[in-house]
Amino acid sequence: MNSIIFSAAARLLVALLFVFSLFMLLRGHHLPGGGFIGGLIGAVAFIVYSLACGPAEARAALRLSPEVIATWGLGIALLAGLFAFVMGDPLFTGQWYWVGGDSYETAAFSINSVLVFDIGVYLVVLGGILSLTYAFEEET
Amino acid sequence: MSWVLVMPIAVPFAAAVGAYLLRNFTAGRYVSLAGSVLSLVASAVLMAAVLEHGVIAGQMSNWDAPFGITLVADYLAAVMVVITAITGLATAIYALGEIPEHVEGLGFHALFQVLIAGVTGAFLTGDLFNLYVWFEVMLIASFSLLVIGGGKERLDAGIKYVALNLVSTLIFLSGIGLLYGLTGTLNMADLRGAVADLDNQGLVTVIAMMFMVGFGVKAAVFPLFFWLPASYHTPYFAISAVFAGLLTKVGVYALMRMFTLVFVGDVGFTHEILIWVSLLTMFTGVIGAAAQTDFRKILSFHIISQIGYMTLGLALFTPLALMGGVFYLVHHIIVKANLFFVAGLAKQYAGSTDLNRIGGLYKSAPLLAALFIIPAFSLAGFPPLSGFWAKYLIVVAALEIEAWFVAFVALLVGLLTIFSMTKIWGMAFWKPHPDGIDPTPDRAPPGVTRAMMAPIAGLAAMTIVIGFYPEPFVQFAETAAMQLLLPNDYVDTVLGARP
Repeated sequence: MNSIIFSAAARLLVALLFVFSLFMLLRGHHLPGGGFIGGLIGAVAFIVYSLACGPAEARAALRLSPEVIATWGLGIALLAGLFAFVMGDPLFTGQWYWVGGDSYETAAFSINSVLVFDIGVYLVVLGGILSLTYAFEEET
Repeated sequence: MSWVLVMPIAVPFAAAVGAYLLRNFTAGRYVSLAGSVLSLVASAVLMAAVLEHGVIAGQMSNWDAPFGITLVADYLAAVMVVITAITGLATAIYALGEIPEHVEGLGFHALFQVLIAGVTGAFLTGDLFNLYVWFEVMLIASFSLLVIGGGKERLDAGIKYVALNLVSTLIFLSGIGLLYGLTGTLNMADLRGAVADLDNQGLVTVIAMMFMVGFGVKAAVFPLFFWLPASYHTPYFAISAVFAGLLTKVGVYALMRMFTLVFVGDVGFTHEILIWVSLLTMFTGVIGAAAQTDFRKILSFHIISQIGYMTLGLALFTPLALMGGVFYLVHHIIVKANLFFVAGLAKQYAGSTDLNRIGGLYKSAPLLAALFIIPAFSLAGFPPLSGFWAKYLIVVAALEIEAWFVAFVALLVGLLTIFSMTKIWGMAFWKPHPDGIDPTPDRAPPGVTRAMMAPIAGLAAMTIVIGFYPEPFVQFAETAAMQLLLPNDYVDTVLGARP
């Protein structure tokens, strides 16, 4: 798309969307958000970028191919699920370690396997959506 | 206990990740092969656990049933998982020979492993919506596998395949929505009680018919089978073999599960329809095959015809019939995948799958001819091969309840199946090659042919073993049928399973 306004705005928008997608990813589970919606917003950021600068440059900005990102995401999500095995729980049981308390209300923050799973989902969605849209854009 | 249920699904997913990341290296295909071996080990462990404990269930994420997703394995599910792993391993070996390197680079092995994971998940899940998810996983993977490698024909087949399958999943999903609206639960074991308690049984029957149509498209029953012969003759042989062996069986399995566990309120109506559907499926499939002259198209129509026998086992709804249906399901996966493997090797030797353009295989490839005879005649129901026992059980079950017409059609279709198989035999193996040459596999290095021959021989050996020593398999099928007809154990295990 040859529009100076759009390309200029895109720079701002892309950064904003991407930060917002990470915010959505991190706030998930206890509040509305999570890996899926975060991944979608992150994909929108890259789609805006590819509309402004062309799919070739957008691919370069991504560094890895979207399919590989999705595959890594699948692997990470799977590992997060399998981690429950170490703790003696069924697949995908969330493992929580609370810092400075013992529950969501009291703790300062937590280290947990749910976020790892969400990161996996984020990457799967980001990679999946981008591999579709890039394929469409490059064909035309 | 729950990890025994998880591993047959988790292993192929892990193999898919590894195989995709290594897709441009030789190591990728061996990751896939190792994954298939490990899947077989995992499913054997599952089978051992089921044989020891009976029905086993596990609550994923520690959410109690009916709120979380339950994985559950009874005899039927366990044997389907094992047979899926066996077919998967056979295909992985066959693919070493058949699949060219540039297709491997596109991620063939990863997609294949995801497909296996999807099929296994569909067999093991105890949750209706989760079943839908596995159907989607299968659909995505199978669509990609169908069109991988490109070409007009494949795309054409892929569009038909995905369009009709999407319609099926939509109907299935609508059915799930309605059922959830009525009962407020999606756990299959919980649904059994919830559906039986409903006042509005008429509505339940309507929903049951939606499920029948949705699963019917997947299983390729009459009159919903058009997508199957339109698509199964185009992809690589390894892929069409795994499709032919497993995909339609997932539909049959889902029918068997839902129409023994949940929709049993009006058996006189729903299962009566299923009887006629089955008979028409058997007959139209075999008649359709008679008109074809392409190796794989004949086999594709025979899938349809044989699906009819399996759904007939469900439709007659007696212990013996269900036992026959279960036996048929297992036998047919082995035999049909094997026949598609043979078709691939026949093309490797003779250069085509069009029966008018090949011939002379009996003279130049006697081993292949022998290995074709075994699954082909097993399919047709020749004693003492596995297909004979499968058909025998179904026919006896029909005679037992004095359904003379059903038994007559079952026997007639068996006879017509022999006609098709002898047609392939006569045209591909016996008649001389129309170009006057001796078909040789010289276009491929010997390693390729060996990799493709090994799974054919292995599956043929299994057919023979089941044929000559059917006793343990029949007993297993009997227990599986009893568990289907009286699913108290299933329901209690799922709803009472502590994580």
